[in-house]
Amino acid sequence: MKSVMNPSRWLGAGDRVFIVVLVAAVVLVVLGNAVAAEGSAMHVSTYTLTLLGKYLCYALLAVAVDLVWGYVGILSLGHGAFFALGGYAMGMYLMRQIGERGVYGHPVLPDFMVFLDWDALPWFWYGMDHFGFAMLMVMVVPGLLAFVFGYLTFRSRVSGVYLSIITQAMTYALMLAFFRNEMGFGGNNGLTDFKDLLGFSLQSDNVRLALFVTSAVALLLGFLLCRFVVSTRLGRVCAAIRDGEARVRFLGYRTENVKLVIFTLSAVLAGIAGALYVPQVGIINPNEFSPLNSIEIVVWVALGGRGTLYGAVVGALVVNYAKSYFTAALPEIWLFALGALFVLVTVFLPRGVAGVLRRRGAKS
Amino acid sequence: MKMARGFQRFTDRSQVFTSLVPAEARRPSKDCGTILYMERVSVSFDGFKAINDLNLFIDMGELRCIIGPNGAGKTTMMDIITGKTAPDTGRVIFGERTDLLALTEPDIARAGIGRKFQKPTVFERHTVFENLELSMAGDKRAWSLLGAELDDADRDRIMEVIGITGLSDVVDRDAGDLSHGQKQWLEIGMLLMQDPLLLLVDEPVAGMTHQEMDKTAELLTSLAGRHSVVVVEHDMDFVRSIARKVTVLHQGSVLAEGNMEQVQNDPRVIDVYLGG
Repeated sequence: MKSVMNPSRWLGAGDRVFIVVLVAAVVLVVLGNAVAAEGSAMHVSTYTLTLLGKYLCYALLAVAVDLVWGYVGILSLGHGAFFALGGYAMGMYLMRQIGERGVYGHPVLPDFMVFLDWDALPWFWYGMDHFGFAMLMVMVVPGLLAFVFGYLTFRSRVSGVYLSIITQAMTYALMLAFFRNEMGFGGNNGLTDFKDLLGFSLQSDNVRLALFVTSAVALLLGFLLCRFVVSTRLGRVCAAIRDGEARVRFLGYRTENVKLVIFTLSAVLAGIAGALYVPQVGIINPNEFSPLNSIEIVVWVALGGRGTLYGAVVGALVVNYAKSYFTAALPEIWLFALGALFVLVTVFLPRGVAGVLRRRGAKS
Repeated sequence: MKMARGFQRFTDRSQVFTSLVPAEARRPSKDCGTILYMERVSVSFDGFKAINDLNLFIDMGELRCIIGPNGAGKTTMMDIITGKTAPDTGRVIFGERTDLLALTEPDIARAGIGRKFQKPTVFERHTVFENLELSMAGDKRAWSLLGAELDDADRDRIMEVIGITGLSDVVDRDAGDLSHGQKQWLEIGMLLMQDPLLLLVDEPVAGMTHQEMDKTAELLTSLAGRHSVVVVEHDMDFVRSIARKVTVLHQGSVLAEGNMEQVQNDPRVIDVYLGG
């Protein structure tokens, strides 16, 4: 573990450029929001800030997917589920923070439970009013699901396209389950109408700014953690599993355990991304489990360039910016534009945007 | 206290019924006489008997060549030993008591069986050095890998194997950039890094020049003694140059066994293989 202390051994030139650009951009946005006067060219409105904060959460999610897809070759089409579970854990905490300010004014029960005539809090809501416990659940719940799911599938040697299909089924099943009112997560309306986070109003500009900065820090730490993991011998074994799992087994590695560790880590990161996403958008509902969402994440990673980690960030930011632009300007075109983008990238940039950047970097 | 321990020993049924002792991937000691027993092993795929009542015994430190026409079951035999294929019937024992049929591929590899594939299978996107590093014997549990670092002894060992396999000029190149012969050597190097007791080598000289073939023959003969080596090969000149004992497989079972001369003069062998 000595090498953790010596980042020069595990950060490449591309990673360093990426970190510098990310930090600079975040500082600029923060200054633009907090210092620059309204109307000046440098000004960033709180609306834009929150939008960017949302993108940063997506970027962390993309890094998590790139870790399993780009480095271990597990094409997960269900990472939206881990993201949503983290989001729900955060949402439950935020619901408990509402307290008596709900429409029905019940001191303990969230509005939707009063509406459903429930008289007590279901057991799995206990403790979610403690911030520390809720944050633990943000990581434990997605991590545990990934662990159990991974344990069963990797041990039975389900891989490739079959694994992808099962991950789709997993997120779809969760979506259907969360749509049910009886589940106790607000049915198809989900959890919303949040008021406070740690006692601070979610509407205040400072809290928005703090959430943006937290998302940026989480993205940076998540990126560094993944970068470190893939630079260890574990990372080299992962890449070997991606390129020839059977061969790795003959070298004496229990590949299912290696995959399980990485898959669980990735799910935890996705959960954290979801937890930071929810207070910024103000709602979490079962649509986050939609299979389409998980496929979109994979598109971000493919577009950015898989197996680089920073490519995933670039892909998530570019696609989501385009999505915000197109869905506002030309709503009916968006899905075609996304499809076209994906086809063009696969045909002309098989290694994604990161591949182009890398080639440029190698030339200069 | 004494009584409690006596009671414990009495109730510990795993000592009575050996079948209750958990299968473990134990590395056999070097002084066991026979390193591998295959007894009455059969396996069929869709009714085709790939291995038919096969009996094979490999001695500690021996160099054995296995020959046979296409479809004789040579590769299937290796698949069974390394855990890739489960036989329908039979027993496969490694060393004194390790039942290979109860173990998975990684456990078998850890117990000390290394395999070189027919088609060179190296990790093309890893460098030569990394390929050897990954193959190195040692703690291969996921958590330990996170903090695993090479010490000087490991480095020396890798450089030694690089020297033996003649890959010094390409240490930091991606394995995918190597020539076919170099890949073969790299895979042999990976086998050496694993430090197995039993090496299964499937067609090591395919695609090699004559010089390289001589070098391979030299290496394999030098390995015998410290390791047991089983070589499956089509190239009869090569087999003649290294063989002390040859086993001829035909239709999934042993047709003949003995030194090269005996085997070559065996009328059944001439019939199915050498003559035909």
